[in-house]
Amino acid sequence: MWLNILQGTIEQGLVFSLLAMGVYLTFRILDFSDLTVEGSFPLGASVAAVLIINGMNPFLATFFAFIAGALAGMITGLINTKLKIAGLLAGILTMTSLYSINLRIMGRSNIPLLRETTILTAIENWGLSERFVALVVFAVIVLLVKLMLDYFLYTEIGMSVRAAGDSPLMIESLGVNTDRIKIFGLAMANGLVALSGALTCQYQGFADVGMGIGMIVIGLASVIIGEVVIRTSKIRFATLGVIVGSIIYRLAIALALQLGFAATDLKIVTAVLVILALGAPSLRSFMIQDEFAARLMERGASDAQAK
Amino acid sequence: MLKLNKLHKIFDYGKINENYVLKNINLHVPKGDFVTIIGSNGAGKSTLLNLVAGTFFPEMGTVEIDGQDVTGWPVHKRAPLVGRVFQDPLLGTATEMTIEENLSLAIKRGQPRRLRLGLNKKNRAEFRHLLALLDLGLEDRLDCAVKLLSGGQRQALTLLMATMGNPEILLLDEYTAALDPKTALQIIEITQRIVTEEDLTVLMVTHDLKQALAMGNRTIMMDQGEIILDLKGKERAHITVADLLAKFAERSGRELSDDRILLHG
Repeated sequence: MWLNILQGTIEQGLVFSLLAMGVYLTFRILDFSDLTVEGSFPLGASVAAVLIINGMNPFLATFFAFIAGALAGMITGLINTKLKIAGLLAGILTMTSLYSINLRIMGRSNIPLLRETTILTAIENWGLSERFVALVVFAVIVLLVKLMLDYFLYTEIGMSVRAAGDSPLMIESLGVNTDRIKIFGLAMANGLVALSGALTCQYQGFADVGMGIGMIVIGLASVIIGEVVIRTSKIRFATLGVIVGSIIYRLAIALALQLGFAATDLKIVTAVLVILALGAPSLRSFMIQDEFAARLMERGASDAQAK
Repeated sequence: MLKLNKLHKIFDYGKINENYVLKNINLHVPKGDFVTIIGSNGAGKSTLLNLVAGTFFPEMGTVEIDGQDVTGWPVHKRAPLVGRVFQDPLLGTATEMTIEENLSLAIKRGQPRRLRLGLNKKNRAEFRHLLALLDLGLEDRLDCAVKLLSGGQRQALTLLMATMGNPEILLLDEYTAALDPKTALQIIEITQRIVTEEDLTVLMVTHDLKQALAMGNRTIMMDQGEIILDLKGKERAHITVADLLAKFAERSGRELSDDRILLHG
């Protein structure tokens, strides 16, 4: 029983680590607060689900989900760079549009995938035991994506992406079109998010138009937990941290459920976690200020006594 | 090398806070010239550099570099021609990235970037050589994150990066202002060496009048968006800071005012 829960939790952690890698790419590498994620996650699920129920090979369907997500990211990038609309708002606009688009793609709000051939059942048919198929498949995909992302971020283009988030003026003065780089980075990140969505729907057996709600916070929580667990400035350890963070996040959620938290309260639990983690530096300085004020008061009191 | 023809720059044109920053700037800088630019607050010195870099575009007039009209080119398109060092040492480098990664970005100035690893044995050896010339001990810290460097070391690195990949023009915008005097001197020495070796054309904005006269071979003085004095050759050879101040008062009818200006350096 416990082992089953643990295995399921790790599987979920692995699937969501792809989403978290996308969020890492935008929030940390590009320094772009991208909310497209909330739309590109269900977009990946809808595209994969519709293609699968229409008989397409599930691997190909998942690939197209990735492409759809990348297009969504590109749109956000274009809105931001060409129309000069703030990044946060650009993401919200794409996300909002995607809600309608996802409903159009699916034709209804929910598509079940029971008895359809998904990536998981396809590989099961190759002879992998049903018990471990999800764990193995997700681990392999996540590892491949991580290695490719690591390599990419050390290529000439990848380093330009990192520099564009770090010092846009510098990289521009070296001849890199930062608009194009941003669009490219957003496309890649949302491709990964959509891939995560496509795998999620095949794993849980349905695609739902509401499955993107709260995804950005989950991705952020994973990234932040990863940073706490693995402190590093090296890309390959940072991406490892994102995967570990995603699994730890899922474990924490499973634990909270076991402790009796209602499933509907988990989103606020996650949000509070992220607020505490991101706000920690400010909270600490408030505390230091209070401590300092207390010490001054003390000194004032003792000075008064001395007089 | 650099030709500015009848340049006009107006910020917020047609709005209530319209600001006429540059008025009919004509400047011709032959190859190898090192021009120092001085002037009062809001004279348009930095705007002039920004127009050469492509950060802003002029409302009227043209910018010509190396015989090409680059007036409408954005910054990244001008990169093969123009290298730049900012006043803030934080702006010129990617601080989360390592020294060698920063240099690998700079060595591809103006070239297309590909999906192949940015660092290899060959360019690492080259970076080590270039860093050794700076004489700051950075050649042994190739994989050190730039955020761990001091302001002076960063500015030296930025200077190196701004001159890599063969740009024609180097823009220096009060680039030693944030440094202590000793470090500033070191950076200036490095600048002189690189500029001579690479035969660069330089525009340098400074608020240090002594430095303006000591460095380079030409000094221009700006006031309220216009060039009011252009000193070179014999005329510049024997001039003092006091003469410079007198000339400013004579040409502009006011005292030279800049809260950061250094009269004696």
